Amino acid sequence: MSAAGTGLPAGAAHRRSAYINARLVDPASNLDSPGQLLSEDGLIADAGANLFSDGLPPDCDVIDCGGQVLCPGLIDMKVFVGEPGAEHKETLESASHAAAAGGITTIITMPNTDPVIDDISLVEFLKRRARFGALVNVHPMAAATRGLKGEGMSEIGLMREAGAVAFTDGVHAICNAVLMRRMLSYASRYDSLIVQHLEEPSLAEGGCMNEGEIATRLGLPGIPEAAETIMLERDLRLVALTGARYHADQLSCATSVEIMRQAKRQGLPVTCGVSAAHLALNENDVGNYRTFFKLSPPLRREEDRQALVAGVADGTIDVIVSGHNPQDQESKRLPFAQAATGGVGLETLLSVALGCYHDGHVSLPGLLSRMTVNPANLLGLPGGRLAKGRPADLLLFDPGKSWVVDCKRLRSKCKNSPFEDRHLQGVVLRTVVSGEPVYIRDGV
Amino acid sequence: MTFSRTQQAIRFPHRHLLGIKDLTASDIEQILDLADSYVELNRQADKKQNLLRGRTQINLFFEASTRTQSSFELAGKRLGADVLNMAVSNSSLKKGETLIDTAMTLNALRPDLLVVRHPDSGAVELLAQKVDCAVINGGDGSNEHPTQALLDALTIRRRRGSLKGLLVAICGDILHSRVARSNIYLLNRMGAQVRVVAPPTLLPAHIERLGVEVFHDMRAGLQNVDIVMMLRLQQERMHGAFVPSLREYFHFHGLDYEKLSRAKPDALIMHPGPMNRGVEIDSEVADDIDRSVIREQVEMGVAVRLAVLDLLSRNLPANSIAAAAK
Repeated sequence: MSAAGTGLPAGAAHRRSAYINARLVDPASNLDSPGQLLSEDGLIADAGANLFSDGLPPDCDVIDCGGQVLCPGLIDMKVFVGEPGAEHKETLESASHAAAAGGITTIITMPNTDPVIDDISLVEFLKRRARFGALVNVHPMAAATRGLKGEGMSEIGLMREAGAVAFTDGVHAICNAVLMRRMLSYASRYDSLIVQHLEEPSLAEGGCMNEGEIATRLGLPGIPEAAETIMLERDLRLVALTGARYHADQLSCATSVEIMRQAKRQGLPVTCGVSAAHLALNENDVGNYRTFFKLSPPLRREEDRQALVAGVADGTIDVIVSGHNPQDQESKRLPFAQAATGGVGLETLLSVALGCYHDGHVSLPGLLSRMTVNPANLLGLPGGRLAKGRPADLLLFDPGKSWVVDCKRLRSKCKNSPFEDRHLQGVVLRTVVSGEPVYIRDGV
Repeated sequence: MTFSRTQQAIRFPHRHLLGIKDLTASDIEQILDLADSYVELNRQADKKQNLLRGRTQINLFFEASTRTQSSFELAGKRLGADVLNMAVSNSSLKKGETLIDTAMTLNALRPDLLVVRHPDSGAVELLAQKVDCAVINGGDGSNEHPTQALLDALTIRRRRGSLKGLLVAICGDILHSRVARSNIYLLNRMGAQVRVVAPPTLLPAHIERLGVEVFHDMRAGLQNVDIVMMLRLQQERMHGAFVPSLREYFHFHGLDYEKLSRAKPDALIMHPGPMNRGVEIDSEVADDIDRSVIREQVEMGVAVRLAVLDLLSRNLPANSIAAAAK
């Protein structure tokens, strides 16, 4: 990765790249027009339609974008890695290769590791490991409660200083109401975002898919949508009580979208996310006990999927995540109830999310904002924008080109993609982190 | 031998028997017709056939079973197969963790027929994808128990001639019951009308979409029915509280003469066993020789399993070669 220009002796050459003949899409400024971009020493030096009208600057690499989309690199706010503790499933390095191939320049890691990321030394460990092994930017989310036990608050202030960008219990909800109230209050003092997994555990206990006709036919215990909405509605009242920022990491049903829409209308400082998979799939995909479709929250009805897409379209849903959760064969080739939850998603995030754009529900800047400027703003990250002085974290992609997901060729160590063998539209051509390419598609 | 295999020419179009879901009405008729003829065989002194001579049948039970396992064992032996019972206790096996390994091990033993019971829905199907032999579902989680539904159907058909148009009430713990699901599919396919009667906590979501009429009250649910199928209250699967007490459950949902009086006077009483006497069924009702066909169900169980083993074995590789040579 290139060093910033500050350390260079006077007169030393700058690292410059000129991206010409691009379709510039900057969600932050709602820009979608032809133009060029210049990066210098890892930062965006300039961008615009008339850039280079007086000729290219000297000594720079020229990348002809061929009229394809050049936008900020994606920021994926929900990524499970196996490091530390389950490196056989995924390391920061393998995850970062998958991310780069998926056009993602920043991943936010979840604290559900072994050991749990609930201490400054572990936050620093992750940052250090990422610096040496990862192709993309890595920012950890740390545990909201010590050991993810849901009992005592973790050292939010200290871990924030050490580089944790938000606090969550990941796959567990923060259930204790008084603890949640205090945590919201306390975290606001350190400008730390609390991220909640919406699932009331007693209602979800034993459940392994959406409660309804299909679960009944398969003889599988279901998880009612009320497990999600009860937790969401409770949290919104605690937000009203404390005035603190709050982010619901994944909505899965139409009712939650409506609850969130109302909360935003009332002016509560709340945001929410959805996984790309939940925008494209529904409970029918479980079919005959297909464990690759066992996700958390569970895939729900087609009406719910449509409501989630509508939530993205009207701005109720702020963030789209991959929810990347690598699980090996041994964890998935089991009876459905025993199989692990989750699917890999880094390499399919963009193409799957683009479905909402291709289907005409949302503009391209609108869609991309959910994976660039919105998470950047929520987490206080400098990237996610095509603006002067911002990191040159860039994504060049062909939105129309189609491809077939071949699980064997995924870069993730695990191949549990719910999009196995599907045709998707949208191909990453080049991914750039701090001005340097970390992925270039073969033949480009 | 007076017994002849008249259906020899007809091929049963399934490699495995995983659930009633996969069967057509004519598949079901075919099994029941053949099972009917096996009832006679079972009543003869010499019950031995050599249809499955040289074949190996493994009964792989991940969950305890008395009647299903013993009737499969008996059926296999009567047809001349070598039968091996493998009980895999839940404690010695970290539930299904090695299910695929188990399948691989079994494959190496080269069985021809594999009967599997497993506590997880879908586990038998998963196993069937990994082994080379014919697989029979002996009950998987809350999904299906196809041979139970078939033996229930045989019992009813022998008493009533046909299933068509009968009004059947399935009562009790529908939520956890694979027997209920298999019976709902089968009875609907054969033209019977199905009711389920249970407290709301023991009914799975949207059960009505499986083509049943839902009742919460036994007296209303039993009104005018031809068949009363009681289910065992599966206390071992009740991780939470589904009913306040057994006493209260029996009071409202246990089958006694008073509730039974709402059904047709000649209504049959069925139970897949094992019964919790005094919980879902009154002892006297269960033992009423005029009304209860519970013991007959057990007898039909062997006949149905003979028929299923017979039909699936016709599709086994070597057999089809032998048949072609004739």
